[in-house]
Amino acid sequence: MDVMPKWADVVLVPLFSLLLAAFLSALLILAIGESPSEALSLMVQGTLLRSAGWGYMLYYTTNFIFTGLAVSVAFHASLFNIGGEGQAMMGGLGVSLVCLFIPWPHWSLAIVGASVGAAVFGMIWAGLPAYLQAKRGSHIVITTIMFNFIAAGVLNFFLVGALKPKGSMDPATANFPASTHLPTFEDMAQLVGFEKMFRSAPANVSFFIALLACVAVWYLIWRSPLGYEIRALGKSGPAARYAGIGSVKVIMITMMISGALCGLMAINTTQGESERLILNFTEGAGFIGIAVALMGRSHPLGVLLAALLFGFLYQGGAELALWTKIPRELIIVIQALVILFTGALTMMVRAPLERLFLMAWRG
Amino acid sequence: MDFLTLVQVLDSSLRLATPLLLACLAGLFSERAGIFDIGLEGKILAAAFVSAAIAYITGSVWVGLLAGIGASVMLSAIHGLASITLRGDQIISGVAINFLAAGLTVVIAQAWFGQGGRTPPLQSGGRFEPINFPGAVPSKEMADAGPLMQLYSELLSGHSLLVYFALLTVPISWFVLYKTRFGLRLRAVGENPAAVDTAGISVIGMRYAAVIICGILCGIAGAYLATALQANFTKDMSAGRGFIALAALIFAKWRPWYALGACLLFGFFFAVDNRFQNILLPAWAISSVLLLLALGLLAYVWRKSLLDKVVLGGLGLGIVFVSALIVNSAWSAGLGTQIKIPVVFIQSLPYILTVVVLAGFVGKAIPPRSGGVPYMKEK
Repeated sequence: MDVMPKWADVVLVPLFSLLLAAFLSALLILAIGESPSEALSLMVQGTLLRSAGWGYMLYYTTNFIFTGLAVSVAFHASLFNIGGEGQAMMGGLGVSLVCLFIPWPHWSLAIVGASVGAAVFGMIWAGLPAYLQAKRGSHIVITTIMFNFIAAGVLNFFLVGALKPKGSMDPATANFPASTHLPTFEDMAQLVGFEKMFRSAPANVSFFIALLACVAVWYLIWRSPLGYEIRALGKSGPAARYAGIGSVKVIMITMMISGALCGLMAINTTQGESERLILNFTEGAGFIGIAVALMGRSHPLGVLLAALLFGFLYQGGAELALWTKIPRELIIVIQALVILFTGALTMMVRAPLERLFLMAWRG
Repeated sequence: MDFLTLVQVLDSSLRLATPLLLACLAGLFSERAGIFDIGLEGKILAAAFVSAAIAYITGSVWVGLLAGIGASVMLSAIHGLASITLRGDQIISGVAINFLAAGLTVVIAQAWFGQGGRTPPLQSGGRFEPINFPGAVPSKEMADAGPLMQLYSELLSGHSLLVYFALLTVPISWFVLYKTRFGLRLRAVGENPAAVDTAGISVIGMRYAAVIICGILCGIAGAYLATALQANFTKDMSAGRGFIALAALIFAKWRPWYALGACLLFGFFFAVDNRFQNILLPAWAISSVLLLLALGLLAYVWRKSLLDKVVLGGLGLGIVFVSALIVNSAWSAGLGTQIKIPVVFIQSLPYILTVVVLAGFVGKAIPPRSGGVPYMKEK
């Protein structure tokens, strides 16, 4: 089976998939009468060559790190958490309750409280499907999809009802008090004397929490006993059971960690950016987590790189929509192709690579 | 509520259930053959766009329908390639197909029509018109007609051809699945593919056949949305119907007649949600229903494990809390106060019911045994 060395499997397969996706997207751009090379240069100019572009890119990246890690953790236990969207919505609810109803003296305390709120709400929303999978054998994919829709309903209920300030027409909560507002990259740059960096970009300190989460997930999966149990269950249920690993416990804990990570996304979008809870704040980030996890091979480092790539695509896509006739939805197509090639058509991508290596081996 | 209102709600239920029914039967064929299909939603969306676009360009709804079916079958073929031939992950392939359709439809619609991801409205000829049965009274005179006449003219007559076709697919599916050799083999492939293979029948061929049938039915469902229910394509117009169809499929336990029932029920929820913005019930009724539910849950977990107690007991206590809130808010005005049922609750009902059925508290839903597992011939 192991025709390819491990590095090739980890590096070449995602890279090759990405190239295929990029090639097909270029064809699509050509087909709708725009120039792929111009599109790419616009994306690079609007994202990598301006500090504000970086500020937007890293804002999106923060979301995708959280959701990507969440899907990865579940993947290690052979669970497919497609409910990141709903868990993030509930996380947003948790953040809002913490920020609105507790008088925080300083943002550094508020972010701790909000993180706990987000994680707990996300955890509960992932815990129910996990329980149904572990104890009742209900397929977790279907239940988490259903929970996405139910979460949207719950969010809607609170935003047009109890949490909407009196007299407001927007389906949104009141603005969070100023003491909970997180410092953005612009604030931080000003602190060290760069006045004109990251102008009004939304990236904020929660990016560093996302980086911490990467390290924590790496430690959890590869350095802790629980991580060993998660991976053992993921590789083979019967073998794990024979080794005395309780599948109910591991499924519950894995999914709750996954839900907590998705929930944490809300500190970036809700506390960091909009500074109030709005409808549709997740913007599909829960689903992008699937592409990010697949592309990053469920490894935190890979997730970080894939999240940067998708952050770039998101910010670049916004630039394209601004300057050309290419709508933002092009990014959804790229996302779909990445998922298709890295997740479903892996055999197709691997076969030619393996053949190449076989040829090289034989000399 | 008078009789005519009821008939109108039922009529609208039927219209809204039609795409669900077609998609649900599509999923039924696919999943009965052992191929999970999360991508129903994407296929409906793709077919809706292509059928509306082609019907607009050619002016013929039939060409549009065919093109829509073609688009949907193409996505099915990708799903088949990924999950049958290349033995990839069926769930991931379905997810990818949903996004592919969500993205491509808007990108292409914008490039072709430049109307922000919509297609221009279809003129007559470009869309399916309602078929009026002989002797049916027009809607202006409906209020004066007798109840039987109202049933006949409003509920039975006046739908587009695809509604009647969708109803017809239920007995056809039942017959094909349970009374033909093809159906027996198809179901067997979903339960025990190795046995089918031993009998000398191609598992791959049967599964591709099922996936293509699924594509055709999803294509019709999509075309119905854009050329019959509405007269153009709008961005994300499938609006989760593929997932509700999936829910209906589980609710129906993978059986055609039950699928009809489930889809009509879910269609009814939609119709109620469309028609009545304010559903009022007295506070005492709501809170006592909730309390009974909570009591049931708490009684159920009494002798169960700690985990059951924490999760289901917690859920029960949560329901008690909600019921207490309702009583509290109605207390000063008396427990007979009418309380508005939130609209989102009616909208979420299909999903909640599906979770309850999946949990196995109300009749267990058991999927086909080999569903989701790629078949590998032993060498």
